[in-house]
Amino acid sequence: QQDYSDQTVWMLAVKQDRDRAAFARLFDFYAPRLKGFVMRSGVSAAQAEEIVQEVMLTVWRKAHLFDPHRAQVSSWIYQIARNRQIDVLRKESRPMPEELSEELKDGGSPQEDASQIMAVEQEAQTLRMALARLKPGQREMVEKAYLGELSHSEIQAETGLPLGTIKSRIRLGLEKLRHELKELRADD
Amino acid sequence: MTDIRHHISDPLMAAYAAGNLAHPYALVMASHISMCDDCRARLTAHEVAGAAVMLDSDAVAVSADLKAGILARLDEPAPKEVVYKKSGVFPGPVMEALKGQPPKWKSLGFGVRQSILEDSKEGSVRLLYIPGGEAVPEHSHNGLELTLVLQGSFSDATGRFGVGDLEIADDDLEHTPHADPGEACICLAATGAPLRFSKWMPRLFQPIFRI
Ligand SMILES: [Zn+2]
Ligand SMILES: [Zn+2]
Repeated sequence: QQDYSDQTVWMLAVKQDRDRAAFARLFDFYAPRLKGFVMRSGVSAAQAEEIVQEVMLTVWRKAHLFDPHRAQVSSWIYQIARNRQIDVLRKESRPMPEELSEELKDGGSPQEDASQIMAVEQEAQTLRMALARLKPGQREMVEKAYLGELSHSEIQAETGLPLGTIKSRIRLGLEKLRHELKELRADD
Repeated sequence: MTDIRHHISDPLMAAYAAGNLAHPYALVMASHISMCDDCRARLTAHEVAGAAVMLDSDAVAVSADLKAGILARLDEPAPKEVVYKKSGVFPGPVMEALKGQPPKWKSLGFGVRQSILEDSKEGSVRLLYIPGGEAVPEHSHNGLELTLVLQGSFSDATGRFGVGDLEIADDDLEHTPHADPGEACICLAATGAPLRFSKWMPRLFQPIFRI
């Protein structure tokens, strides 16, 4: 387990042991980044902190839904952050896909598969590096898209948006994840 | 599950991941992903890209008491949240929009029924029930229309759509969807502008040139 990223180790400690010290570490790592991220959408510092607070409380409360075989900690938190932001700024909740991991609760937690967890982390790392290598203009479009500043039609019209980078990573790397999901389905 | 052939496009997925789709569209997205493991995996990849943007944002120091305030609240009972699960052909997000109740169908004639889940200036989303062989009521398209099949199948000039398939129709698409003969087709359809079934006339009685 020492090969997992710090964030994964802390998140698993929160999920499995309700470890407050590990949660405090997660807070130290994510809270300033979340605040900076949220403020990029033009949100005031005070409102950004409200959102950070809601996101971190959700991380604590919904830790049982975090599944390292399927999502890296940061992408799980990104999704929570976007939901909170929509909640606060648009006063509506984003419809979310039905959870799969809830189904597992009765049947006990799945066997921890370290190689699958590592694969998910490595995929995320590779994608992040691929995005970092983009030309500045493309990089800016990616940022706008995931900050929620581009609508679907704008993304489609924007030829500079390198969705191909994401697409090829999906094709190469998420085979295992698909396999994992299939096994989850087979259990119902 | 592996039979799904029509999926969410990448631009739509990126916009959904960023929370940037109008509510009616997001409901169709969430429903398709609930039924489609491929798109669930692809959503994760888009969230990883979003996380990269989040992690590379300049950190801004939080106020000194924020952490202590949160740590002090960890023992608070979590607000009660109802989790809606798939029921019959309706995936969790649709059951949530229905607040756990079965749909209230309204007849549109010729056995076609609809149940409006939302109709606002954001757009509209509804369930449609079309008996096998029957046509989808004529309606005006204003912008993007997303249609997800929950039961049965329908066909139009662009192809055949079975359970789990998502049709992405831009306003320039002229289509005459028909439920295929056999089981009734139930689908979830969202449009940007409120959808109007202006002069409903079954296309069965119209000459069909485009199929
Ligand atoms: Zn799909
Ligand atoms: Zn249409």
